[in-house]
Amino acid sequence: MPITYTSGEQIEVYRFSIPVTIGVPLLALFLQAFLPRRLPFFSIFDLPLLVTIFFAMARRNPITGLFTGAGIGLVQDMLGAYPIGIFGIAKTVVGYGASSLGAKLDVENAGARFLVTLGFYLVHQAVYFAVARGMVNLTMNWSWSRGIVAGLANAFLGVGLYFVLDKFKQRA
Amino acid sequence: MESVLGRHRNLIIFLGVLFLQALGLAVQVKRGGPDEQDTRLIRIWAVDAITPFERALIRVQNGASGIWQEYFFLRGVRAENRRLNEQIEQMRLDQVRLSEDAGQARRLQQLLAFKEQVIARTVPAQVIGSSGSDLSKSIYIDKGSDDGVAQDMPVITASGVVGKVLRVYPSTSLVLLINDQSSGVGALLDKSRLQGVVHGTPNGELMLEHIMSDEKVAPGETVLSSGGDQIFPKGFPIGTVTHVSPGREMFLNIKVKPAADLNRLEEVLVITAKEERESVAGNGGRMRAADILAQRLPSVPDKPLTASTPGANPAGAKPQTGLQAKTSSKPITGNTNMTAGASPAGTAKTASPAAVNANADPQSPHINMANRPERVAVSGDTAAKSKAPAENGLSPQVSLEPDATPAKPLNPPSAPQPAPSEDTPH
Repeated sequence: MPITYTSGEQIEVYRFSIPVTIGVPLLALFLQAFLPRRLPFFSIFDLPLLVTIFFAMARRNPITGLFTGAGIGLVQDMLGAYPIGIFGIAKTVVGYGASSLGAKLDVENAGARFLVTLGFYLVHQAVYFAVARGMVNLTMNWSWSRGIVAGLANAFLGVGLYFVLDKFKQRA
Repeated sequence: MESVLGRHRNLIIFLGVLFLQALGLAVQVKRGGPDEQDTRLIRIWAVDAITPFERALIRVQNGASGIWQEYFFLRGVRAENRRLNEQIEQMRLDQVRLSEDAGQARRLQQLLAFKEQVIARTVPAQVIGSSGSDLSKSIYIDKGSDDGVAQDMPVITASGVVGKVLRVYPSTSLVLLINDQSSGVGALLDKSRLQGVVHGTPNGELMLEHIMSDEKVAPGETVLSSGGDQIFPKGFPIGTVTHVSPGREMFLNIKVKPAADLNRLEEVLVITAKEERESVAGNGGRMRAADILAQRLPSVPDKPLTASTPGANPAGAKPQTGLQAKTSSKPITGNTNMTAGASPAGTAKTASPAAVNANADPQSPHINMANRPERVAVSGDTAAKSKAPAENGLSPQVSLEPDATPAKPLNPPSAPQPAPSEDTPH
């Protein structure tokens, strides 16, 4: 498996310009709000989550990762009909987890990215499910089959998306 | 101590951020309701950041598709036009029948001093986006408080109920769709008149609840809004029953397919004003089938609409139906009385006995059918013009055929329909 444990010195840390840092998450949020009305199948994807994972893994800093996740998740909550914080908490967990993982493992190749995205998609759904049921009292039905199918779809899209976003990386 | 904090700094910050968000969430949940003011400002920021782009993109998309469809891609337009004309003729025939039924219902309602709720004004709106999550079924429309939209206003399409306005911003609004798990619509089954509540499920499906398991509900039955929720007017289609199975606690599990395609909404109507008024007999401004027929009959001179049918044509123009009635060889005198609900849905249909003489109006031209069921032949082709004489001497056959000239449609029947936009008061 292409995931390899690497020492901190061996791992490259990247940063992004301010327009990319702000523009890419906003574009992801915009497309997530806009495209499903035109292409209903697109609702299976979670572009803000993929962007969260990408930035978290590239920066490899848990603090930056969790704040990136929290910011993107909270904006996603603001656009939705439910109380603010459900996506915020879920993406905070993903941002923290992905950046912590990125700091320890080399996740630069496609196979590793695929597995990491699939795993974090399921983590995200599980946290969302727990918060929505436990705190907001929403009726949620957990479906493994749907979760895995959606996770695979997001992982495939994520690998392609990360390849595009790699172009914006700058070495720190 | 300091070293411990330093070593677990990331984890502490992580837990702190989580705690703050959970705290904020708990405060919102405790206060409850979609009209929470605490988060309104930051929601406005987010909406203002996203929706202008959506609005611009929709405008570009509409412009491009308009140019393509209206100037270049005109293939099949003639055939479509012909098909639509045929459909219009058929709908006019249906309308004649329905308006008579509606008139009868209105008269009965007046007898019982019923109050009916009518749609006074609507605002057409375009769907510009969604909430951005598959887990919350909601959409953004391009009309807000500046356009008269307010919270809890019903949103519909020509097909049926869509949802209700959840949050209002100056130029946009968030609409909670009926298939969201937190929405509920008072519903009744069209045939059995059983009342229940339609709820969304986490999977985005619709379920009709609170129908006892000993009731008989068949797939295919139409589910209408009952008006009991005080939001949606009564009688709008919500969907169709697709699956019925025994549920928990003596209730049926009834799955409903939404009448409106909730995944592909493009334009919707927001009902911004409703009126409650007493039912008005005398057709409530609608023409009766008898009036239409009488105006067309050669033996009956044209007569302007009398005060008995106020507002039959608000524009003041002569009402037309696009139908020409032709009598058989048996002449019909002008002082006759026919108030039967002509039922021109088929080629030859006997009118409902209940509709005969249900509304004798001496001021409008009538045809006397002597309480006999009349036969009304309706045909769109010229072959139907020459009908055989009636089976008995008193039952003339009337043939209705589409008028060659385009005609104004009748006023809509009383069944709730999507109202015209606010440009055309309803």
